[in-house]
Amino acid sequence: MNKSVLTQPLRLSSVSVVQLFHSLTTTMLRLTAGRVGSLVARRATVALTTNSARMASHEVAQAVDMSQPMYVDRLDTPLPDRPYTDVLTAADKSLKQKEKGPWSQLSQEEKLALYRLAFHQTYPEMKRPSAEWKTVLGGMFIFLGFTGLLVWWQTAYVYPPRPRTFDKEWQAKQLQRMLDMKVNPIEGFSAKWDYEKGQWK
Amino acid sequence: MSLAKPVMRGLLGKRLRFHLPIAFALSLVAAIGFKYGVTEPRKRAYADFYKQYDAVKEFTAMKEAGVFESVRPSGE
Repeated sequence: MNKSVLTQPLRLSSVSVVQLFHSLTTTMLRLTAGRVGSLVARRATVALTTNSARMASHEVAQAVDMSQPMYVDRLDTPLPDRPYTDVLTAADKSLKQKEKGPWSQLSQEEKLALYRLAFHQTYPEMKRPSAEWKTVLGGMFIFLGFTGLLVWWQTAYVYPPRPRTFDKEWQAKQLQRMLDMKVNPIEGFSAKWDYEKGQWK
Repeated sequence: MSLAKPVMRGLLGKRLRFHLPIAFALSLVAAIGFKYGVTEPRKRAYADFYKQYDAVKEFTAMKEAGVFESVRPSGE
């Protein structure tokens, strides 16, 4: 078991973290430029490059080294294999040093900053509802409707003529023949027919 | 904080000790229910049917109705 994982602050799942995160961005507490970003921050694992390198090149997708421990935002993985940011600035490093002391001496913003160093999204952020269901239902109904059109065309242009066995007269004669043959006379079909009266029981 | 150590062993045994008697009892009830709800009435129905069964009469009725190919109704 990786010891560094145990010293990370645990993943918070309360809504208060999100509210405090909002207050965090509004009070403009910034560790580095662009580190504490907006809620639509990308989930790309770009930890291999520093910020300045990313700003220098155009945004080409960096090849991720899959042999190294990776960070991942997953509901079933509360403690990923590595912290979200592992290239720390001097301010981050001093904060990490302060984290080694008693945690009661950390201010609320510092605790949140440490959390955001270790994790990218909180559980409420990961679980945030999306409008995808509308797309799914809409697509479903579109395809169902199209299939309905196909089926209607098929009944009009593909089906052969209806077999004569479906006519009402033929079915009546068939029923009479089944009763004459005494199909299932003990517990089934003909058992329910009253032969004396000539009607169903 | 000292929590009690959770139970680590015998979980399957505990589950089986609880569920197996229930499973056997329910299966037995289902079998008995089926026997006396389905098979006994069915056997009685067949016995009652064949107690009053006249094969020749039934055959003549079917013959007159015209369902056979080997023997036609007496009218034809």
